Amino acid sequence: MRARVLVRPKAGILDPQGQAVERALPALGFSGVRNVHVGRLIELDVENPEQLPEMCQRLLTNPLIEDYVVEAVDGGQVAEIAASDSTADTEGQDAA
Amino acid sequence: MKFGVVRFPGSCDEVDAQLACQRVGEAVILWHRDRDLQDVDAVVIPGGFSYGDYLRAGAIARFAPVMEEVAAFARSGGLVLGICNGFQVLCEAGLLPGALLPNTSLRFIFRQVELQVVSDDSPFTRACAPGDRLSIPVKHTTGRYYAPPEQLAELEARRQVLLRYAPGENPNGSLDDIAGVCNETRNVFGLMPHPEHAVDPLLGPTGGLPIFESMRAHVEQHVLA
Amino acid sequence: MAGGSSAAGAGTARHRDLGLTDAEYELILAGLGREPSDTELAMLSLMWSEHCAYKHSRKLLRRLPTEGPAVLMGPGENAGVVDVGGGLGVAFKVESHNHPSAVEPFQGAATGVGGILRDVFAVGARPIAVLDSLRFGEPAQSERSRYLLEHAVGGIGHYGNSIGVPTVGGEIYFEPSYEQNCLVNAMCLGLAPHERLIRSAAAGPGNVLVLLGALTGRDGIGGASVLASAELGEADEAKRPSVQIGDPFAEKKLLECCLELLDSELLVSLQDLGAAGLTSSSSEMAAKGGVGLDIDCAKVPQREPGMEPFEIMVSESQERMLCVVEPDRVAEVVAVCERWETLATAIGEVTDSGRLRVLSGGEVVADLPVGILVDDCPLYDLEPAPPSTPLYPSAPAVLRGDEAPGETLLALLGSANIASRRPVFEQYDPVVQSRTVRRPDDADAAVLVLPTGEAIAVAIDGNGRRVACDPRRGAAEAVYECAANLACVGATPLGLTNCLNFGNPEKPHVAWQLTEAVAGITEACAALDVPVVGGNVSLYNEAPTGPIFPTPVIGMVGRLADPARTGRLGFASQDDVIALVGDLGGAAAEGSELAKLRGEPISGPLPTIDAEAIRAAHGRVRSLIAAGAVHTAHDVAEGGLAVALAECCVAGGIGATVRLPDGIDPFAEAPGRAFVVAGPEAALDGLPVIGRVGGDALEIEGLLKLAVSEMRRVRDRGLAQFL
Repeated sequence: MRARVLVRPKAGILDPQGQAVERALPALGFSGVRNVHVGRLIELDVENPEQLPEMCQRLLTNPLIEDYVVEAVDGGQVAEIAASDSTADTEGQDAA
Repeated sequence: MKFGVVRFPGSCDEVDAQLACQRVGEAVILWHRDRDLQDVDAVVIPGGFSYGDYLRAGAIARFAPVMEEVAAFARSGGLVLGICNGFQVLCEAGLLPGALLPNTSLRFIFRQVELQVVSDDSPFTRACAPGDRLSIPVKHTTGRYYAPPEQLAELEARRQVLLRYAPGENPNGSLDDIAGVCNETRNVFGLMPHPEHAVDPLLGPTGGLPIFESMRAHVEQHVLA
Repeated sequence: MAGGSSAAGAGTARHRDLGLTDAEYELILAGLGREPSDTELAMLSLMWSEHCAYKHSRKLLRRLPTEGPAVLMGPGENAGVVDVGGGLGVAFKVESHNHPSAVEPFQGAATGVGGILRDVFAVGARPIAVLDSLRFGEPAQSERSRYLLEHAVGGIGHYGNSIGVPTVGGEIYFEPSYEQNCLVNAMCLGLAPHERLIRSAAAGPGNVLVLLGALTGRDGIGGASVLASAELGEADEAKRPSVQIGDPFAEKKLLECCLELLDSELLVSLQDLGAAGLTSSSSEMAAKGGVGLDIDCAKVPQREPGMEPFEIMVSESQERMLCVVEPDRVAEVVAVCERWETLATAIGEVTDSGRLRVLSGGEVVADLPVGILVDDCPLYDLEPAPPSTPLYPSAPAVLRGDEAPGETLLALLGSANIASRRPVFEQYDPVVQSRTVRRPDDADAAVLVLPTGEAIAVAIDGNGRRVACDPRRGAAEAVYECAANLACVGATPLGLTNCLNFGNPEKPHVAWQLTEAVAGITEACAALDVPVVGGNVSLYNEAPTGPIFPTPVIGMVGRLADPARTGRLGFASQDDVIALVGDLGGAAAEGSELAKLRGEPISGPLPTIDAEAIRAAHGRVRSLIAAGAVHTAHDVAEGGLAVALAECCVAGGIGATVRLPDGIDPFAEAPGRAFVVAGPEAALDGLPVIGRVGGDALEIEGLLKLAVSEMRRVRDRGLAQFL
């Protein structure tokens, strides 16, 4: 299966890349732009899509600072198949 | 005493760390694929760009075979010092709290900065006094220390912040000017500044030396005695 | 020479698209006795390009002195090497990556650093330092120049920082002539025990040719001929797909792998892959060894499917090296490479045929005598003629000329060419590898301690505006100024490398600039006894508006006995006295930074050069430093004596009071000829004392008085505002 993982900074965390883009767009004449965030896109072919959430939690993202959405890509169709729990308990990291 | 300095593909400051350790003891290089820690008394995870820092700084190095042994060594009370990329690796591995984010400037920055010792109650700062100033260089792109508010409050309450950037010296936007933190049991310490680049008077200020001297004193008192 | 005749004119003229003239194609036909295949033509067109064949500069370069007592390897190898004592050699070279950086500044600059690093470890030396010489258009007027500056600096930092090699120095100038055609020159130094030094000559028929490192893709196809040997036109965007992408992590592994292979004595020879990729590296190796090579390009590990043999042979994919290995050592080589996660693939073998044969599976797709690739490209005589009218317009005036001296000094300190370089240097790691005794901004040259306890010093210099004013003296000044920078830290020059950045040499006035500049460098090298151990030429640096300033960049390496006794730029101690060493008598306004700010014409002549006096002044400064007699030494260059004094004050955080000797214009320039030194009065016996260190302002009696804090503020802002 072709999968696509979208990684973005957790809400509320300072995102200087997003801010830089947000500042740059008006300078080029694009007005009305807000809430810009810059993340990463990871594309991969997987045999066991059920492992994707664990891949995200262990390697593809740092759950302390990043959220993710996993999408299945089938031809032109894109469907969300998993996502981080954005209310995740951040205490978990410290105990690791 | 004997230090072990880990070398990952992409490590850059491992020889510098070895030289700094050799000012206070013996030091060997530990290869990332090896599981044998060679009976070292302390481990240093050095600076650099392990595995190219691709994906996220430190994210891949934490899964190296040697890191499993380092984690076990840390759990048994062994001293582990993470410098810059090493700090990032230890955070990614969950051996230290928090995470390192891109500098607010979004740029690599090299600068000689002044640090303030917050606590001397650790194997890494025992040769210092609270309030001491250490001049040590920083050099990184991803050094902005972050921890969620509740975790940050706990860190402060447990006095796990050992070093802060002196007022006006914070180079990267770290929360509360945090430059280095230890774990709850105080035997794992990570910092963004490079103490190994501040040990030789020929090359500059020597504010990093007390950190290595502290480690030696701790090991001599508690391990070798 | 473009006269169309029989065979060349009749055919498809594909050779013209590849940059070969009809006459050159005729020579190829005559040499081969047949039409070349597509693969052969692609290979020949690259090897006969300016970038690979140096066809317009080689005759001139033969004039440069290349021999000296310290030279271990001279021009012709991947990098020159000088002996630094204790069985150690220092390899170094400077190279341009101008055109790639003008198209894509971040990757262009990054791969420029990657390329020069490979040149250095190709001779068996561990890279220990990088320096850069950068030129852009005026940042205040040009958004494009600010963009190029930001991204080129970012690319250099990205590669150098990531691979763990310190960037210890460099220089940047901004001039309108570089607006369309920026310059990015990178210099690397490496350190090797003599016994690890290796040459690139292939040897031993039957030995195996092994390709190390990255996969081969369609990177930079046509790069050497199109990007480096033609003028950049309006269509930069269209060239973007052929830009190479650098991977410093891959190069870091490749570097460690190659050094371990050499330490284990597993290699017969080693060569980096740069411009023209496998074609250039293999034919150079074969030519130097007087042997032939068979390469099966189907065996080359490829990143993209369906690559044609010619694409594989000319690909400029980065982070690759080529080596020759004895057949029974191949397994050991592969094992070392596996440890460093670096690909190693046997792709061919050394033959005694004297031919470079390229196979694709079973089919021979190219079969060329090595000589036709490497030696037979015609070398052209230049047709120099001085220009009859000025080549370069004056810069727009920003000073009227009637300002008070204090105001003038502040304008100079804040000008982009003189202002603090800290916003750039802060993006580079100068300390990794624990050798750096003097960082950028500490002194006029970087100082690196060696395992022997001695030290080397290195500086890079080249003021294109002064060469534009007077090519011969301007180029000589670059050599003298570089040596002066070394003198300020107490180092004696051992050798130099140069990068000659010029316009189109087929134009008589550019040919004249080039000829004069090489003459100037030759004279200065002879006067200082410094050999040229290697270098690079970058021609066709032109935009539709005209050529760049002629810009020879000089990188020089020297040696000093005691790194604990080296110089600093900043004034150090209250009550030190300040003295002049050397002669400022001939200093003049022509070509100066102040002349630029006043919008004066770009014209000479520059002050005369008294080589004996310069030698004596450099020697005097070196001995003062070596004796530990002075705390401060700084050469008088851009902005003249006033700026030199201001820089010493700002760097030291302390003021000074000075009375100028009669007849000295505080802003006139005579680079390489004079120094400001400061130390205890007794130590400066016999030198003309001009003042005293102390206080919190620089006072030049009867002229100006400025607070050090004010000078620092202005100097810090000058470049930072554009980054």
